[in-house]
Amino acid sequence: MSSEAEAPGGVEAAPVDQPSQALVDRLRGALGDGMLAHEVTGGDVWVRVAPERWYDAVGTAKAQLGLTYFCFLSAIDWMQVDLTATKLWDPDAEPSEPPGDGPGHWRTGIAGGDTRFQVMCRLYDVEGHLGLTLKADCGDENPRLASVVGLFRGADWHEREAWEMYGIEFEGHPGLRHLYLPTEFEGHPLRKDFPLLAREVKPWPGLVNVEGLPGEPDAGAEDGAVSEDADA
Amino acid sequence: MMLAALNLPYWAQTLFRVGAVLVVIPVGALVLVYFYLFKMVSYLQSRLGPMEAGPYGSLQPIAEFVKFIQKEDIFPTAVDRFVFGAAPFVILMSTFLVYVVIPAGPTAVIENLDTGIFFALAVSSLSVIGVLMAGWASANKYSLMGGLRAAGQLIAYELPLFLAVVGVVMQAGSLSLQRIVYAQATFKVFGYNSHGLPFVIPQVVGFGLFVISAQAELTQTPFDMPVAESELVAGYMTEYSGVRFLLFFMAEFATAFALAGIGATLFLGGWYFPGVFHIHPSWVRDVLGGGVLFAKLMVLAFVIFWVRFTFPRLREDQLQAFAWKILIPVALLNITVTGVLKVAFHG
Amino acid sequence: MSITEHAKAAYVAGQSADARINFEIEAEGMTLNMGPQHPATHGTLRILVRLDGEQVIWAEPICGYMHRGYEKLCEVRDYAQVTTLVNRIDWLGSFANEVPFVLAAERLMGIEAPPRAQWIRTLLFEMARIANVSLFLGEMGAQLGALTPVFYAFRDREYVLNMIEAVTGGRFHPNFDRIGGLKDDLPKGWIEETKGAMARLREFCDEMETLLADNRIFQERCRGVGVIPREVGLEYGVSGANIRASGVDWDLRRDSDVGLAYKHLDWRVWTHPDGDSFARYWVRLQETREAIGMVEQLVDGLPSGPIRAKTPARIRVPAGEVWVQTENPLGEMGYYVVSDGSPGGPFRCKIRTPSFSNVSIVPWLLQGTYVPDVITILASLYFILGDIDR
Repeated sequence: MSSEAEAPGGVEAAPVDQPSQALVDRLRGALGDGMLAHEVTGGDVWVRVAPERWYDAVGTAKAQLGLTYFCFLSAIDWMQVDLTATKLWDPDAEPSEPPGDGPGHWRTGIAGGDTRFQVMCRLYDVEGHLGLTLKADCGDENPRLASVVGLFRGADWHEREAWEMYGIEFEGHPGLRHLYLPTEFEGHPLRKDFPLLAREVKPWPGLVNVEGLPGEPDAGAEDGAVSEDADA
Repeated sequence: MMLAALNLPYWAQTLFRVGAVLVVIPVGALVLVYFYLFKMVSYLQSRLGPMEAGPYGSLQPIAEFVKFIQKEDIFPTAVDRFVFGAAPFVILMSTFLVYVVIPAGPTAVIENLDTGIFFALAVSSLSVIGVLMAGWASANKYSLMGGLRAAGQLIAYELPLFLAVVGVVMQAGSLSLQRIVYAQATFKVFGYNSHGLPFVIPQVVGFGLFVISAQAELTQTPFDMPVAESELVAGYMTEYSGVRFLLFFMAEFATAFALAGIGATLFLGGWYFPGVFHIHPSWVRDVLGGGVLFAKLMVLAFVIFWVRFTFPRLREDQLQAFAWKILIPVALLNITVTGVLKVAFHG
Repeated sequence: MSITEHAKAAYVAGQSADARINFEIEAEGMTLNMGPQHPATHGTLRILVRLDGEQVIWAEPICGYMHRGYEKLCEVRDYAQVTTLVNRIDWLGSFANEVPFVLAAERLMGIEAPPRAQWIRTLLFEMARIANVSLFLGEMGAQLGALTPVFYAFRDREYVLNMIEAVTGGRFHPNFDRIGGLKDDLPKGWIEETKGAMARLREFCDEMETLLADNRIFQERCRGVGVIPREVGLEYGVSGANIRASGVDWDLRRDSDVGLAYKHLDWRVWTHPDGDSFARYWVRLQETREAIGMVEQLVDGLPSGPIRAKTPARIRVPAGEVWVQTENPLGEMGYYVVSDGSPGGPFRCKIRTPSFSNVSIVPWLLQGTYVPDVITILASLYFILGDIDR
């Protein structure tokens, strides 16, 4: 399995081993141009598919590629927020610029992405020991995607959780309702614009100066980062 | 009856007898609770058990007793008040009646009925009514399920209990418990008039059946589905608190004491020990006989509780299958063999 | 609009969120509500069960009573602070929760921990496995009515917890893993004492085998109960000993190399073809013995060297996305960590917990079983509430 250090960008930095390449080729053969981007890193195959082909992609993986184990299904909200600013009860405060100036590609991760919400699903082949992470964009405002409960029954709970945390509608799911949160809960907590109340009241403690290890200079005086022994 | 020597009027004798049983029930239950439920299980589970109340925690059962009687007597709103309140008394009453026939010495028995063992087993079955009353009147689905399970189990395991005892009755030639003890005392081993032989040896199969059925009659693990703690909380006793819960608890241990006493009488020789008839003051015979009976029943109770704390529990259908498909055929076989051997070696 | 089954269940769940209330839905059968406070479920899990007599016709677990919002909390914590949170997911084998996260952060930073650190990580990982599963071995008996073996489990587990405490300072929440290695090295004399503890645990496993696995009544209660067929288990994402008990020969310690020391050890993967509750118990019993053997090999073969790689004073993880999974005591645990390159915490930290998937099979598995078997099945699946609810 190729396990190289993370290379920035969607470029394969090392020769891909044969089973992963075969997987990519067969998937491309089944999906054609539904397969938008792919990357093989860290021993896994990551593939981004067009949202309309999501169900087909998962179905192909299960039926033809031997990926019968359903690892997890979840979502990610790529919107940038600045968590280091203090927003003490000022709902009108403007969000400041995103921190750092990471390379443009970081905003959408491995195999890219176009919209704010992305759903990812990881499947695994227990005999060939091959993992495939499928990703699909689902939209910026009202994210929707096809449900794969018909293919993997275990997706039921994972999709319920993704709906409850991000608000992604899964079409074809037998009953999207709350899994963790009480029935009356409003809002979708894991979205980046859903505030974490504790951080509204008190700023991120990473700004606090912490003393360094004995013999090392204090990490403190700089822009308030933590030393390696932050057991706070 | 030794009381006859005191020339007491009949009403006083009756009062004394009733009082004696009313004392034995809680004392017996408390003794079993202390030795086996507190101490033996604790040592089995590598812990110490109660140590604070009294030396080595010996007064803990009294503390528990007092704790229960000072609690509030709660009647949930939806219960059927009369049935709910009466259920523990029904069970206690059936236990009380069992003590009437157990002999503690050559003349120490509340009432030496000719149908001794038959009477004892018949009245012990009355506790099923109390269990059903408790389960139904509690207006709680858990209790109802527990009550129904208990009723099915108790009725199923009465048959092997009875049939095991029939073997002993055939061997002794009488239903009266005193005569059964005398039969063991004078048992001729291959024609030799020795010190007698407890029926556990010729009736070893019956003894095993009796102990297993007693375990089930007491709803002890492995037959404790009705009070399966990890499933139904406390089964038919879930809604009870305070004194009524104490009565259930005491009835369970008092029944254990009584059944162990009956088992000791039927199979281990009861109050008899070699040399008892040579002791002269008759009241000393009774007291020593009582002590011997107590020791024998504690041994039997030890086995019952040891099994209780070791094995997992059987599921309801497995439990019923065990009773109907295994125990009853074995019991019938036991009776047949006993009868044949009795006729063959008669005389 | 017709009312679906799920809508009814949702209405009812909303009505009686906290109390142990019994209620009737007008459909056939009696609806029983087990939990959230119930002696059988290990923590606050609520299971709605509709019965026809004693048989279950429909069952649904309702979780979320312990939901702490870990994924959101991880986003507002520094990488070094997340290990404190993450200890508390599977609180019986808590060192095992830290390891995949720290490995993910190391992979993003391009750091590799020194060999000694990797070996000691493996060592503590396996000790966490022993601490976790030895409790299961006794506690499954307690669910079935055998009250005594669980006390032996608690007693003998203390030996392992003492060893973990001697190294890390914490019995239950070690918080010992650091990005780049471990916090400290092993104390003096620890290896000898650990060997003694492992000998004691071997005896414990033999005791559990005699008391429970070989017990006729235990086998009657467990054999044939709650069979998970291989395909259904894989569809639901059942992992760990549960799926190995259905005959799937898959163990992430052997099949995926994340840098821990398993490839240097001599051990085997245990599977069982039956897939019933007894198989799950048996597989875990054998795995505990195997873990004891692994600990003994690890303490004998520890390489010397530094305990921590040179990491910058400021942990600043470059942008990237990574997935790391390990074979935790409960199953497959994995962290999907996304970093945006800023001096803060993870941008997204998805925690894939084994018990979440293991419990999602419960509605399918409980259909047609008896009420006592419900307890057996739940006990044999062995979930921990913190793992389900995060």
